[in-house]
Amino acid sequence: MNTAFLTVYWRDMIRFRRFKPMLFSTLVQPILWMAFFGIGMSSNFDRFSQFVKLPPGIESVDYLTFMAAGVIAMTTLFTSLFGGISLLFDKRWGIMKEMLASPMPRTHILWGISLSGVTKALIQAALIMSFGLLIGVKFFSGYSAVEVLISLLGIAIFVTVFSLGFLFLSAGITMRLESMEGVQGIMTLLTMPLFFSSSALYPVEGFPSWLRAISVVNPLTYLVKGIRYFAIGEDFFAMGTHYTYSIYDVLLSLGFLTIFALLTYLFAWVTFRRACPGEGFGD
Amino acid sequence: MNAIIEVEDLHHSYGDFTAVNGISFRVHTGEIFSFLGPNGAGKSTTINILTTLLPLQRGRVRVNGYDVRKEKKRVRESIGIVFQDEVLDGDLTVWETLEFHGRIYGMPRAERRERIEEMLKLADLEEKTEERVKYLSGGMRRRLEIARGLMTRPAVLFLDEPTLGLDPQTRYRIWKYIEKVNREGTTIFLTTHYMEEADSLSSRISIIDHGKIVITGTSEELKNSIGKDLIYLETVNKEKASQIIGSFSEVRGVRDSLRGLEVSLEADGQRFLPRLIVSLEKEGVEITSISLKKPTLDDVFLHYTGRELRDEGPQGKKVAMRRRRGR
Repeated sequence: MNTAFLTVYWRDMIRFRRFKPMLFSTLVQPILWMAFFGIGMSSNFDRFSQFVKLPPGIESVDYLTFMAAGVIAMTTLFTSLFGGISLLFDKRWGIMKEMLASPMPRTHILWGISLSGVTKALIQAALIMSFGLLIGVKFFSGYSAVEVLISLLGIAIFVTVFSLGFLFLSAGITMRLESMEGVQGIMTLLTMPLFFSSSALYPVEGFPSWLRAISVVNPLTYLVKGIRYFAIGEDFFAMGTHYTYSIYDVLLSLGFLTIFALLTYLFAWVTFRRACPGEGFGD
Repeated sequence: MNAIIEVEDLHHSYGDFTAVNGISFRVHTGEIFSFLGPNGAGKSTTINILTTLLPLQRGRVRVNGYDVRKEKKRVRESIGIVFQDEVLDGDLTVWETLEFHGRIYGMPRAERRERIEEMLKLADLEEKTEERVKYLSGGMRRRLEIARGLMTRPAVLFLDEPTLGLDPQTRYRIWKYIEKVNREGTTIFLTTHYMEEADSLSSRISIIDHGKIVITGTSEELKNSIGKDLIYLETVNKEKASQIIGSFSEVRGVRDSLRGLEVSLEADGQRFLPRLIVSLEKEGVEITSISLKKPTLDDVFLHYTGRELRDEGPQGKKVAMRRRRGR
């Protein structure tokens, strides 16, 4: 088996470790979200949700726990969408030409970059969960050790599939563009609507119908659903909303994310196959 | 002799612009073959097609026996490339740069590690193994790129303007290095717009201009093709002068050149020149200036294209600047 993608992965991880400020911000940013946005909002929201009547005997999940799943999802989205950008540096410094001129299959560039993006997303997810538990996020409450393990695995699978989908998209877009400004512009344009039309920070039940429609096709919604199912449970109240997830909901969500990843893979695959490094170089 | 590169009737255009307009040539196993020509002549386009970086539009190209259209992977396995622009990740170390290259070419680990040691020695970079590439000098980086191109023991090494933007001393060291690599058995295909580079390195040279090969041969053959010695002469009365000069049996040909007449000789110019001056003066032809020289590749280029190779114009400067900015 050709393992060239592992080489691409190896190099990208070297770069990840080597740029200390970048490494630092990648790891600290999600923690800052939890620490500031999370604690700030939860102190307010929890005050409001006291007034929501709940069925007797049921306790609402606090906001910090509710949004921790959202922060994992958001971080995965950002990291994945911007994960393809390293390809732009490879193009600018010519390493892309070195790779395309080699006998290695071109799709391995895509796989290698995606694998390193997934690794980063998983590291971040683990960090957010650890830090979250430290500041009072009630993930896995009442779970047995086996259940915690299964839940961790479930979250990892959701994060991986979702992350791949957006990494492929990002890699495909980056391969087609030449400038940093262009790539960053598109990615920023994508993050806003994706993030705020999802259930990451608040329930979508209160949305007007048009926003609701967007949230239904938004992959982020399905990632958040998956994480909440595994981390919080299949039946809970949060922010005055009753959440129930069946195993079918979860499988359906995973199916949706898988189809999304397959489509973006197709897009990236076509782009990489067409990539022609000789155009625009030399005379 | 065995041809390791065979090109027949190669054409390539970018939209309306024809960059390569029907060229054919062969590169023999073991030689250093150069494409000499000004910027925009079609050198890089040709090298990009030969190395599979550009699709083959028209013509037949075989490298190491493989068809560049149908057997891309085989061609890629057979060659090493040093690009015109610097292609290095400044944040990797010298060792990592070579390791990365060996791995994407699928070299087994033991062979790779052994080869890295050899390449570091060859490029004289053993002391710099753990150094980040961005801290190396321009010459070291170029040597590293050449070493990397050689790492996979290619049948042909392609060098696209290998000394562009380097200072004369570094350039000389790179030449010595290329010669050494060639002596150890690697066939080299080189493009350059430096006449000295083509002259001092090449077994054979093709002069290329406006997408066509003007003439091919050894440096000696090319120079001899325009005469043993050359006289450049400036005078007001070109017509009469050329008539008189043409009557000498030592003269092979007289041509109009940029500023006066270009006279190519069959005989030793040093002995001929005094006689020529005397006879021109006797006929009343006033000579503004006169010079005698051995033909260089520059003269060869001028002779066949009517332009000077050094006349790069603004485009040449732009390329050099782009390269500097890229560092």
